[in-house]
Amino acid sequence: MADTTSMTTNPNTHPNPHPAATTGTTGSAAGGPIPTVIADRVDIVYRVNGTGAGRGSATAALNRMLRRKQTEKASGVRKVHAVRNVSFTAYRGEAIGLIGTNGSGKSTLLKAVAGLLPVENGRIYTDGQPSLLGVNAALMNDLTGERNVYLGGLAMGMSREQIKERYQDIVDFSGINEKGDFITLPMRTYSSGMAARLRFSIAAAKDHDVLLIDEALATGDRSFQKRSEARIRELRKHAGTVFLVSHSNKSIRDTCDRVLWLERGELRMDGPTDEVLKEYETFTGGPDKPKPKPKAKPKPKPTPDSAPAQSQAPDSTSGRTTASP
Amino acid sequence: MSQVLHTPPPTTAPPAAEEDLAALAARHGLSVSGARPSLPEYVRQLWARRHFIGAFATAKLTAQYSQAKLGQVWQVMTPLLNAAVYFLIFGVLLGTKKGIPDYVPFLVTGVFIWTFTQSSIMAGTRAISGNLGLVRALHFPRAALPVSFCLQQLQQLLFSMAALVVILLAFGVPPAASWVLAIPALVLQFTFNAGVSMIMARLGAKLPDIAQLMPFALRTWMYVSGVMWSIDQLVGKHSDLPSWVAPVLQANPAAVYIDLMRFALIDSFHASQLPDHVWLLALGWALLAGVGGFIYFWKAEETYGRG
Repeated sequence: MADTTSMTTNPNTHPNPHPAATTGTTGSAAGGPIPTVIADRVDIVYRVNGTGAGRGSATAALNRMLRRKQTEKASGVRKVHAVRNVSFTAYRGEAIGLIGTNGSGKSTLLKAVAGLLPVENGRIYTDGQPSLLGVNAALMNDLTGERNVYLGGLAMGMSREQIKERYQDIVDFSGINEKGDFITLPMRTYSSGMAARLRFSIAAAKDHDVLLIDEALATGDRSFQKRSEARIRELRKHAGTVFLVSHSNKSIRDTCDRVLWLERGELRMDGPTDEVLKEYETFTGGPDKPKPKPKAKPKPKPTPDSAPAQSQAPDSTSGRTTASP
Repeated sequence: MSQVLHTPPPTTAPPAAEEDLAALAARHGLSVSGARPSLPEYVRQLWARRHFIGAFATAKLTAQYSQAKLGQVWQVMTPLLNAAVYFLIFGVLLGTKKGIPDYVPFLVTGVFIWTFTQSSIMAGTRAISGNLGLVRALHFPRAALPVSFCLQQLQQLLFSMAALVVILLAFGVPPAASWVLAIPALVLQFTFNAGVSMIMARLGAKLPDIAQLMPFALRTWMYVSGVMWSIDQLVGKHSDLPSWVAPVLQANPAAVYIDLMRFALIDSFHASQLPDHVWLLALGWALLAGVGGFIYFWKAEETYGRG
């Protein structure tokens, strides 16, 4: 990849200063936009054991235990710097897409926003408790769909009464029972599509302040995808802020009005959906018409002095154009 | 307003901008994501998740045998088969039973109560490291995991106890009022197990290798805890042992809980075979492990997602 050349600077590579305006929803605009998630120069580092090279990993492991002070690389622990120095502010009423090639740190960043992964440096501030949409890890394949609805609901922090209340909706939404009484069968008997539908239905049953979605839209058949997109929009209405990780530019375009583009753990662009996606499509070898690089090429990254000055006017206008219907 | 609210781009943010973000967060009352709650708040959160803890434990228990043809019958069969194996080896082949009245109830009680502690600690060791997916996907006080695994073992033990009652009656041990004492004994043992599990869960989260060592440590612990033999008799037989051996063996928490249960259930197991202040010992171990383990676990709450 021609990294340096494609690292273009768009005038809008900074957060939208008038995000509440972009959505055209909620009455929060009265007192100015209300931030719900603030990432302040966040670094996230994974440490991986057992990568010792050279003398065999058993000796490397012994070495590691005996001599704690040596460099981590020599001791067989490798650091993976998954997210580097990322800052952004998300406001109430925004739907923000996270894009980037595989392994660029999107999901990791999302987990850190949810407070599930500790950050190495920096801080993430949130309003209320952001939650990841997804209960897969709490469900058990050997249990019936019905028991999984309860287990998943409880795992997300719902009360038994709340689950009972929404049980029928969850089952209906999943469409599991359209082809017979499948909800009373163990989940291991479901097809992967059916299981995915049930998982999404359980996860989407709860209202969230800040909702984080990790490629949840790509499950199920076409009709279920439509339904789940509608549900996401509904959740978005209730939720303060929505983050969506997806490789489908279409679903990003449909749902989000602002996009963060991560590449190799760094925040490469932050702006209105159309502009960022255009750059991203160029970068990834674009679908339609790869455009020549914009002129503002010299700066590899937005710098603090350039961003605010350049961007306010175009940003607020272009933000409005991408407002969701 | 928008001037203040803009986010400075990453790399070379000046100190002023840094204050901006923190100040912005403070001004709107945002809290740090993933921060460890205070201890009382943590207890409250854990209590709020009690239904999840229960449901998770029951789900794990039923999922265990859901593919077997005999299904939940195995809940009772497994401990019975276990007891039968120990009886064959220690009762018949090695003749450990000499001088112990009601050896079969004595042995089976010991095996069941020991298994409760052993499986709880083993499950606790892997409670975090074996469930990282769950820890990285959902929010809940992480102590819910080790506690839930201990609860699963307690439920398992209740099945075993049902089998034990049948064995007791079959071997002519009469039902007695003292059977009620089994309940406080189990409550204390559960608290002890949960506390040790939380300690092991934190250690196991940081150092998964511990799970490899635990079976050896636990087996050693089992052999010194008088599961298949009577500590009381061993001391009587070997009068040449140093005087501190007997009290130390008897004060070992596993031995305390096992002997308490034997005392509660078996009429030929007399109070004289128990160490002095046995209830105080049982309570002390439970409180020490329970409270200490909980605080120790809570101290690392925010780091468990790292793995």
